[in-house]
Amino acid sequence: MSVKSTAARRTTRGGAKRRGGEPELVQLLTPEGKRVEHSEYSIDLTPDELRGLYRDMVLTRRFDAEAITLQRQGELGLWASLLGQEAAQIGSGRATRPDDYVFPTYREHGVAWTRDVDPLNLLGMFRGVNHGGWDPNENNFHLYTIVIGSQTLHATGYAMGVAKDGADSAVIAYFGDGASSQGDVAEAFTFAAVYNAPVVFFCQNNQWAISEPTEKQSRVPIYQRSAGFGFPGVRVDGNDVLAVLAVTKAALERARTGQGPMLVEAFTYRMGAHTTTDDPTRYRADEEREQWELKDPILRLKTYLEAEGFADEEYYASIDKESDALAKRVRDGVRTMPNPDTMAIFENVYADGHALVDEERAQFAEYLASFADETEGH
Amino acid sequence: MTTLTMAKALNEALRQSLDTDPKVLLMGEDIGKLGGVFRITDGLQKDFGEERVIDTPLAESGIVGTAIGLALRGYRPVVEIQFDGFVFPAYDQIVTQLAKMHARALGKVKMPVTIRIPYAGGIGAVEHHSESPETLFAHIPGLKVVSPSNPQDAYWMLRQAIDCDDPVIFFEPKRRYWDKGEVDTEAIPGPLHKARVTRAGTDLTLAAYGPMVKVCMEAAAAAAKEGRSLEVVDLRSLSPMDFDTIQASVEKTRRLVIVHEAPVFLGTGAEIAARITERCFYHLEAPVLRVGGFHAPYPPARLEEEYLPGLDRVLDAVDRALAY
Repeated sequence: MSVKSTAARRTTRGGAKRRGGEPELVQLLTPEGKRVEHSEYSIDLTPDELRGLYRDMVLTRRFDAEAITLQRQGELGLWASLLGQEAAQIGSGRATRPDDYVFPTYREHGVAWTRDVDPLNLLGMFRGVNHGGWDPNENNFHLYTIVIGSQTLHATGYAMGVAKDGADSAVIAYFGDGASSQGDVAEAFTFAAVYNAPVVFFCQNNQWAISEPTEKQSRVPIYQRSAGFGFPGVRVDGNDVLAVLAVTKAALERARTGQGPMLVEAFTYRMGAHTTTDDPTRYRADEEREQWELKDPILRLKTYLEAEGFADEEYYASIDKESDALAKRVRDGVRTMPNPDTMAIFENVYADGHALVDEERAQFAEYLASFADETEGH
Repeated sequence: MTTLTMAKALNEALRQSLDTDPKVLLMGEDIGKLGGVFRITDGLQKDFGEERVIDTPLAESGIVGTAIGLALRGYRPVVEIQFDGFVFPAYDQIVTQLAKMHARALGKVKMPVTIRIPYAGGIGAVEHHSESPETLFAHIPGLKVVSPSNPQDAYWMLRQAIDCDDPVIFFEPKRRYWDKGEVDTEAIPGPLHKARVTRAGTDLTLAAYGPMVKVCMEAAAAAAKEGRSLEVVDLRSLSPMDFDTIQASVEKTRRLVIVHEAPVFLGTGAEIAARITERCFYHLEAPVLRVGGFHAPYPPARLEEEYLPGLDRVLDAVDRALAY
């Protein structure tokens, strides 16, 4: 996989230009699945690599669909679907190196997939068995963060540490269009710029922050916001996995070669509800979704694969089979996911212990044990 | 053993920590060339460089949020919040992120972040520069909260806080910054979270921490002239709190008055009163009394002497407790 970019030399300009009032998207694959070139970002992938991206997106979509079903069946308390954002997540996730560090929000199931995080790990917090539940350092994939935008500061601090260590890794912080309004994101931009931190801010602008459209978050295109902080921003077609991959790779490369932060706005669309408790029919028109369906990231790549003769029926059948197997593994895994032990309430509150926690743990254990005594007594 | 002000003792603790552990970093507003508005970091940037003593943008949430990220990368950030009332922009990061990270990661990551906050009143400052928000932090699981009352504790407690793998909110009583005391940097310190009886007595226990320990010591000295023997307990740590030491004292004296600058309502004193009543019900000769701030914003400087618990208010509570 090779990526050529001149973005590094155009640090102050940013990548996108205005045309007809709307910023131009970096695009390498049109909604019709036609391969196009871009003056600043290009990418050259083997058929195998292209099929890999397709597989990632299909399996991620299937995992997501399964999670929605599991929520409807009462197996999960809540689910935040990524439907429609597969290209933004797979493209950016596949742009990272193993030694890079990813700070997700709570919808980055596709990014987690690219980091080899077991999909079942993602379901624990939605099932209510933990508040995170995985070791962030195992795959350099931080815990999901629910308070909007908080993790952009953690990513920036981590990136400051990377720079201090003299490492050539980069950090990527995910957030949404709604989070871009948060003070923490502005402070993260400030710190990243001031300390030239090797961090890429990756905003998935999926057009809706629950019921509020992007116009309620920003009066300028989000990618332009970085200019005021002194680093470049670029808007990429978030439904074009090739463009997202190329742009994110260039941004990460820029970061790891000491050229500082960059903002990538992946212009995409949340096809489903914000979460399973949300009802998008109350605030957005069906026609809007229908328009975006025409830009579906998976169909787009499939059209291209077929046009180039890179995949045949047998290949698609094998992906379907793999999807079914993944879905079954997820289903079975969730249903057999054990409830945490009651005493887990008191675990890991502190690393070095705490007298009050010890006292309350002992008291509660004694209280619980008193019921066992009663049973024995009868 | 040398004689140092609390400010110098804190400076020395930071210096020793920077010297001992290359992962220790200082972060905060004006802590570099200026040495902090209270000069606690005086000379440290000159000696350890801008990479380790970091002047930050004026953004408290950013300071704490990036400190969390640095901790995730293996650093031990020591953050300075310039004044008590300025911690609130960072309160979200402290409460929703810093305090919970270890638990959320099922113990797989540690958060050795120390947040130093000059707090409390008595220096004639303007609004937001004299508050005592310690209870708001002690209430949060995952945080540890301590406050030294003298230079020796300031030195060792800060070193222990920086060594701790949990987030520690380190409240520095700013009006004691210039008080001098003996500091033994070679001594083996006691446990960070252990309270200390700073004056033995038999008639009543005064429990306090941070700036109020000195006031209680003065009250005990004044009461002694009237033939009353007051015991003074310096709590040192608010979370966890050493109730055993308070209990032992109250079982001896049978009376307890708690003194703090923070508003009394739902404050640290309320927690101590409830627990000590539970533990010492049959020992108590009088209800546990509290002396502290009012349920009102910290007043303008010209009124702070009326607002702050002073000798007279403490002795009045002692009289009331002894009258039972």
